[in-house]
Amino acid sequence: MTDTTAPTRAAVGRNRRVGRERLPWPALVLAGCAIAFFALPFIGLLWRAPWGQAGDVLASRTVRDALWLSLRTSLASTAAAVVFGVPLAWLLARVAFPGRGFVRALATLSMVLPPVVGGVALFASFGRRGLFGQYLDEWFGLRLPFTTAGVVVAQTFVAMPFLVLTVEAALRQLDHRIEDAARTLGASRWYVFSRVTLPTIRPALIAGAVLAWARALGEFGATITFAGNFPGRTQTMPLATYLALETDPDEALMIALVLIAVSFAVLIGLRDRWLGGDRPITESPR
Amino acid sequence: MALRARTRPSRLLVASLAVMGLVAASCGASDDADEPATTGTTVSGDLVVFAAASLTDAFSELGDAFAAANPDASVTFNFAASSALVAQIIEGAPADVYASADLTNMARLTDAGASAGEPVVFANNLSEIVVAPGNPLGIAGVEDLANGDLIVVVCAPEVPCGTYASQIFDSAGVDAAVDSYEENVRAVLTKVTLGEADAGIVYATDVIAAGDEADGVEIPADLDVVAEYPIAVTADAPNPDAAQAFIDVVLGAEGQAVLASHGFGAP
Repeated sequence: MTDTTAPTRAAVGRNRRVGRERLPWPALVLAGCAIAFFALPFIGLLWRAPWGQAGDVLASRTVRDALWLSLRTSLASTAAAVVFGVPLAWLLARVAFPGRGFVRALATLSMVLPPVVGGVALFASFGRRGLFGQYLDEWFGLRLPFTTAGVVVAQTFVAMPFLVLTVEAALRQLDHRIEDAARTLGASRWYVFSRVTLPTIRPALIAGAVLAWARALGEFGATITFAGNFPGRTQTMPLATYLALETDPDEALMIALVLIAVSFAVLIGLRDRWLGGDRPITESPR
Repeated sequence: MALRARTRPSRLLVASLAVMGLVAASCGASDDADEPATTGTTVSGDLVVFAAASLTDAFSELGDAFAAANPDASVTFNFAASSALVAQIIEGAPADVYASADLTNMARLTDAGASAGEPVVFANNLSEIVVAPGNPLGIAGVEDLANGDLIVVVCAPEVPCGTYASQIFDSAGVDAAVDSYEENVRAVLTKVTLGEADAGIVYATDVIAAGDEADGVEIPADLDVVAEYPIAVTADAPNPDAAQAFIDVVLGAEGQAVLASHGFGAP
């Protein structure tokens, strides 16, 4: 499919092809249902939200601390996911080693694991009494549970698979001949990876990073289990929302809306700027 | 294809009619329930009990006894923070019985018009400091929890056990060095039994429930707060007969004996 349509798309120009395509009406109806399904919960939130309290909630120290912590930790987790996830995706896509299927399943396991179970697993590994955590504590005095670093660990654990899967898929679809050509022209392996491979998969890399970031920002179960809940240190926005829901549902709704507004703004901004879906993948974004 | 598309909604329709029928039947049953007290007879159907996390062991045991006495009934429990449960019920969660670890959250239920009849206090509980087995750090009392080197976890102030903990710290004049405010009392207990936290404040019953995995340090009576546990049938209970029968078991001799065996005090 991609072989025949890609040149056409390039010829027609970016972001135009989809607009002209006519979908069969059942597909349109189903797509409409999907839009409604995504939109209704948010419309419901907006409808329920106590707008009179908006000022109080935005001014509250808890919410500002939680938002700032959420932004910092989710960006740190995204960075960690990129730094470790891209080489892993590259390994999975390019190197045929025994047990590759096993490693791939392992790398995506945290997506299917209930997050609370993930948190318990993190205790068992990186906790103070965990398999590795006890040595971190003994040798370096480093403790992850109940710290901001623990929040980043929990978020990275659940978010990295999104980046690995996206980038691996892009690497598999990549035309090897470009890289081979660069190699025959004398480029080193690292030069080819950083100057040819990475720029080519850039849209997928950004999409994967955005997915990972979004997952990290919304992370709840592993965080509250592994990192606990302490305002300003480990209480991220989802935790603040959950606890507010128990005593003051109105406040919880407003906190949720703040989180949604911030995420939505970032997603829209990134999509329009970086992720034109039908843009030829080799074109550099501006 | 078209045929299949048509049969699916009709199946759905049948199912929803069946559900409506069940709801109507149970509403009818609730009208009759005011008449003579049906002691000795068994109840049937599904019973859903929303209960405070601290009741997990005692109510699970009671649930088994209830199911044995009423073979046609099946009991499902939802154990979580009292505050989380009351929020779920007010949002329409299908609960028959609500048992809270404090009066405040029960008041939220009754204030929202979501309880049928007056709640009854069926047990009480005390708070204790939970520590690793054998108390290796020698934690003697609440004042030790101000030590910043210890990892101390308590319930969040939004949750009953967190309210009690902050009252205890206030009356002791202790500025506790808390590392995490957990979402319910069992999360506090788990963190201590896993060895990730050094001390926490939980209910005395939770220390008993932990068995060999944790020890308790009593809090002096002048500092401790007595937690009262009320129970009520919810206003929209799908199975109010079974709900009342369950509450009767909790308040009866057998229920009180089970609660006492788990460390709860009589009301």
